[in-house]
Amino acid sequence: MATVELRFSALPEHVRTARLVAAAVARRAGVDEAVLDEVRLAVGEACSRAVGLHQSSGISAPVRVMLTEEEKQFSIEVGDEAPHAPIGGAPGGPGAADPDAETEEDEMGLAVIKGLVDDVEVSVGKDGGLIRMSWPAMPPGTLPA
Amino acid sequence: MDLSLSTRTVGDRTVVEVGGEIDVYTAPKLREQLVELVNDGNFHLVVDMEGVDFLDSTGLGVLVGGLKRVRAHEGSLRLVCNQERILKIFRITGLTKVFPIHTSVEDAVAATD
Repeated sequence: MATVELRFSALPEHVRTARLVAAAVARRAGVDEAVLDEVRLAVGEACSRAVGLHQSSGISAPVRVMLTEEEKQFSIEVGDEAPHAPIGGAPGGPGAADPDAETEEDEMGLAVIKGLVDDVEVSVGKDGGLIRMSWPAMPPGTLPA
Repeated sequence: MDLSLSTRTVGDRTVVEVGGEIDVYTAPKLREQLVELVNDGNFHLVVDMEGVDFLDSTGLGVLVGGLKRVRAHEGSLRLVCNQERILKIFRITGLTKVFPIHTSVEDAVAATD
């Protein structure tokens, strides 16, 4: 079960809230201070991408963010409900007004995530996509001497 | 924190001082500002990012769009940035090769190549 779960309407103004919440939970989970900037940026990219996908597909469902403290690691999952074309398939699902522009922004965000985060998995299905990222964490009380 | 924008003219350059967070919500404001400057005939821009706390790929996209516009008029778009957290984003996306990045506004204004 997620330590903290966040659902927000697919609107750009809520992405900042998601970044702030993710960074706060990551800090509590014991993620190194030096890495918190990366967490903030990566979760922002994933949420911006999800918001863009929901808006371009006309989906009213919220974007989901799961923040999970695990043993020695902290993970974030950002899920969207946009119908994705299969990887390598024709771009532009139903409702995608400008497939090229959407795909470009999409790829820039993903490029940033993949450049930042060592442990990242991107999966897509007909019911939506999921970006899972994790970072090492050292919860309080387990600090090395 | 929201985005703050202010512009001033130094010689033939227009300096845009940006503060706050550039993300999916605020980037359209920066885009509007750059488009307006170019439409008004300002083709040599210096974007001062020293007051920027956060920049994501949406912001990068707006800067690339600005560069494309000024280049259409044989202009230039230079950045001023010393913050490692922001420079890192330009590096991982390969955009350090696309934008001239300076350490001070004076330096960017004086640059000609």
